[in-house]
Amino acid sequence: MSVVARRPWRLVEPSALPGFGPALGFTLAYLSFFVLLPLTALVLRPWEAGFDHFWRVMTDDRTVDALRLSFGASFVAACINLVFGTIVAWVLVRYEFPGRRLLDAFVDLPFALPTAVAGISLAAIYAPNGVIGALFDPHGIQIAYTPLGVMIALVFVGFPFIVRSIQPVLEDLDVEAEEAAATLGAGRFKTIVQVVAPAILPAMLAGFSLSFARAVGEYGSVIFIAGNIPNVSEIAPLLIVIRLEEFDYAGAAGVGLVMLAISFVLLLFLNALQGVVGRRGKA
Amino acid sequence: MSGRSSVARRDPPWFAGALIVLAVFYFVLVLFLPLVTVFLEALRKGFTEYRVSFDDPDAIAAIQLTLLVAVIAVPLNTVFGLAAAWAVAKFEFWGKSALVTLIDLPFSISPVISGLVFVLLYGANGWFGPFLDEHNIQVIFTVTGLVLATTLVTLPFVARELIPLMQAQGTDEEAAAATLGAGPWRTFFLVTLPNIRWALMYGVLLCTARAMGEFGAVAVVSGLIRGETATMPLYIEILYNEYNSVAAFAMASLLALFALITLAVKTALEAQFADELAAQRIR
Repeated sequence: MSVVARRPWRLVEPSALPGFGPALGFTLAYLSFFVLLPLTALVLRPWEAGFDHFWRVMTDDRTVDALRLSFGASFVAACINLVFGTIVAWVLVRYEFPGRRLLDAFVDLPFALPTAVAGISLAAIYAPNGVIGALFDPHGIQIAYTPLGVMIALVFVGFPFIVRSIQPVLEDLDVEAEEAAATLGAGRFKTIVQVVAPAILPAMLAGFSLSFARAVGEYGSVIFIAGNIPNVSEIAPLLIVIRLEEFDYAGAAGVGLVMLAISFVLLLFLNALQGVVGRRGKA
Repeated sequence: MSGRSSVARRDPPWFAGALIVLAVFYFVLVLFLPLVTVFLEALRKGFTEYRVSFDDPDAIAAIQLTLLVAVIAVPLNTVFGLAAAWAVAKFEFWGKSALVTLIDLPFSISPVISGLVFVLLYGANGWFGPFLDEHNIQVIFTVTGLVLATTLVTLPFVARELIPLMQAQGTDEEAAAATLGAGPWRTFFLVTLPNIRWALMYGVLLCTARAMGEFGAVAVVSGLIRGETATMPLYIEILYNEYNSVAAFAMASLLALFALITLAVKTALEAQFADELAAQRIR
């Protein structure tokens, strides 16, 4: 039983430090101008041409196909990165080999390299006459200008999230648990599957969510390699740009709003899943 | 790190070797190949052709414009980051976690949406479009629009780096300075700023890199007017769509070089001042 007196509820706790008013005032004004007001427009404008117009835009084949491609390709790309990102994180944390530090630094390349630069480079590599495209072209497999190309660009942008989510957890993992498992006679693989994997699973899911969310909104690295064929390789962010160019503001805002809404629901689900897995890992 | 060498963590050599090879292969395929391709494509027709592509006055204008936008957007977000971190980290108030969520929000929306929202507000059909038109002010398709979109996209970088660090540092030193009679600005410049300088530099570095490389958000508000509203990434798109591959990759090589410098400085900062930087590395 604690006997600490409950502090009275206050809007602001008293402090000896100066500057709270101006700092918070500026922060709120800045956020209102750059975030709140713009997002209010995004939420309200899809409806101004009437609900029917909104519904027509959303159920249009082209919109549905673009959304399906954006979310589908992002999901597949995040899955690929989940597998290889986990391996990379494991290798970077657990093994000592020449060039390890260089690889570690390069994990963040997709954060640092402008998306348009990555975009034209990937298009050159995977085009039918590109370094890798030429390997597949004779077999009738086209990568650039197909949904496969979209997915490859999304693998590139999503890569760092998984590695950087798992790395710190793997580094902080107690060596005792693994030693105990080994002492008790568990083989190395059994230890990895039953001791290490449950411990890093929440971090894997967190990285998956970040990687997925980033991929859904990605534009610059995708449009060059995608070919942008309506209903086939046209992503949702590009459809927003196209609707804007047609001066269909309500339609553009509608696609944007639906994209945000679907992402939000999926991320809520992934967060909840992370919570469940996290609790089970500790039990 | 010491756990790396624990006997219980020693994996069978063939297993460790196979994973290292797999990780290196993934790095080469996903990260190194696109990076190297940028420089190879830029130099494909020789160095003279590469150099000549920078004689284009529109290319020079694009470089200047990119720098101009960064020079406005980065200081804005730096001042914002300092104010927001001061309010959030040094004081207790109601609604703080909602405020932090709002600060992080721009990272989870598509860059295209970050551009779109300003068109919805200030475009010809925007909420404030008629008002701006009456006063002969144009925002969209001008440098102002580019700055707005870039500022929104890069808004969280500095704040996000400073908040966790300043929270961890607490308020004791500032309170002592205030008690000893130091004024607010003196306290900030002589006590707080030296404590956070490396984290501040880290945040500014990432903010600048993103501001110069941003594509999706500025593509929406730019109108792609050569020599006027085409930043470096946008000019890359223009050149690429005109099948001027060497010039597009030459411009891309400058941004790639800048990305490599960013990575090097970032890695150096992380290695030198690990304790003074926030633990959170994921963007």
